[in-house]
Amino acid sequence: MKVLVAVKRVVDYNVKVRVKADNSGVDLANVKMSMNPFCEIAVEEAVRLKEKGVATEIVVVSVGPSTAQEQLRTALALGADRAILVESAEDLTSLAVAKLLKAVVDKEQPQLVILGKQAIDSDNNQTGQMLAALSGYGQGTFASKVEVSGDTVAVTREIDGGAQTVSLKLPAIVTTDLRLNEPRYASLPNIMKAKKKPLEVLTPDALGVSTASTNKTVKVEAPAARSAGIKVKSVAELVEKLKNEAKVL
Amino acid sequence: MTILVIAEHDNKVVAPATLNTVAAAAKIGGDIHVLVAGQGVGAVAEAAAKIAGVTKVLVADNAAYAHQLPENVAPLVAELGKGYSHILAAATSNGKNILPRVAAQLDVDQISEIISVESADTFKRPIYAGNAIATVQSNAAVKVITVRATGFDPVAAEGGSAAVEAVAAAHDAGTSSFVGEELAKSDRPELTAAKIVVSGGRGMQNGDNFKHLYALADKLGAAVGASRAAVDAGFVPNDMQVGQTGKIVAPQLYIAVGISGAIQHLAGMKDSKVIVAINKDEEAPIFQVADYGLVADLFEAIPELEKLV
Repeated sequence: MKVLVAVKRVVDYNVKVRVKADNSGVDLANVKMSMNPFCEIAVEEAVRLKEKGVATEIVVVSVGPSTAQEQLRTALALGADRAILVESAEDLTSLAVAKLLKAVVDKEQPQLVILGKQAIDSDNNQTGQMLAALSGYGQGTFASKVEVSGDTVAVTREIDGGAQTVSLKLPAIVTTDLRLNEPRYASLPNIMKAKKKPLEVLTPDALGVSTASTNKTVKVEAPAARSAGIKVKSVAELVEKLKNEAKVL
Repeated sequence: MTILVIAEHDNKVVAPATLNTVAAAAKIGGDIHVLVAGQGVGAVAEAAAKIAGVTKVLVADNAAYAHQLPENVAPLVAELGKGYSHILAAATSNGKNILPRVAAQLDVDQISEIISVESADTFKRPIYAGNAIATVQSNAAVKVITVRATGFDPVAAEGGSAAVEAVAAAHDAGTSSFVGEELAKSDRPELTAAKIVVSGGRGMQNGDNFKHLYALADKLGAAVGASRAAVDAGFVPNDMQVGQTGKIVAPQLYIAVGISGAIQHLAGMKDSKVIVAINKDEEAPIFQVADYGLVADLFEAIPELEKLV
């Protein structure tokens, strides 16, 4: 079966971002970019399905600027077979990305689509669910375990009180949670080989998708800073401060 | 302007997050209707009707909604939601699962995890793990929004007397089915609603050592949380995780024990009123956000703290 994996280029998770002085957004100039951590988990899961003989082909897709080719090459080095970039310089909303992915799904007809549960930049947690809605497929969000058997997939999901398992008819959409797997590193020979794998570039226009949005970001500001705290010398002093100064005990 | 709030429930009781969501709806202004979709939800509907500020409760009682599978619930919400100005749900695992599906069906962008209401069409929400706050404006005919519970004080659970109305619509997409669930059992207060949270990190060294935190938590009436490091190391189950990808808490008092304070963890707790850090590494980033820091070995400090409180 064919597996489609969506990956996003985001600010590296270790970077502490700064808000621009004019409040128009976050300063991304000269900041290290990487594949979104949840997308790495999605790629890893697809590669494991291929290693188990469940998946036959892995197509990795990204929607973003031309520089997102770097993240697609990373996915190819990790084991994806070919890549598609839907190139758009604009900052697209989750719905626009879901619509573009839907067009790719229609074209590629995968049996399983794996996405990360959320991107660590916009923190939206929407795209997978929206893609499922647009394609009419079942959705297994926040997956910690994925088992394909025949024409269904059993997905164990992380929910607020514990775990829940659902069975979905294929084709289906799965979004990954952190504990689904531990992504591997790309080896140097694989990074070299990945340079030769096919990478197709499409545009929203070529896919016939409008990326118009109903949302507008008016302003981006830094969160209120916490006032500096103090260090106490002993547990007794801590308890005294919590009781009498902070009055929370 | 009429607002539809999706009730968060387990077919038996209304979850507290619903009260925070109704509070957000009240800030927007207008009539507030609550949708209770599930199976055998009579008691939930009655409780929802008593929530202060709610004017109508819609009840969709059907086997297809028993486990609130998004494939079945989303079409119901999208169908009912067309007549509303806003659709709100709590940003719980359920709300996050269902609402984007509703938004896509209505062909509108969603606004996730709002922390404040600026006006009926403008909201604030954290991005980049809470390192920036975005103000987002929506011109959608129906505004689809999830609400971060810790951003809004809950409305009273009693005092309202809304009319209860049954909804006949049944949607069964047939693409998904519920297999089973495993819920972690706990006698302590729920993490996201607790007034005091005691959290342990990698510094706890093993799962057994969490007993020190449980003892302290029981004395304080607190909930126990954990960092991702503690969860990944297998010390505690993952529903205890506090952070960007776990639960977001904002208690009166947050005690971080043996937690270094990575960006992703801070995203889940830095709105706490008072933060206490106990760590033997005085360079740990957690001390930058802690109101009170204690540089000490937690295995000495925690038993002593338990004795003194």
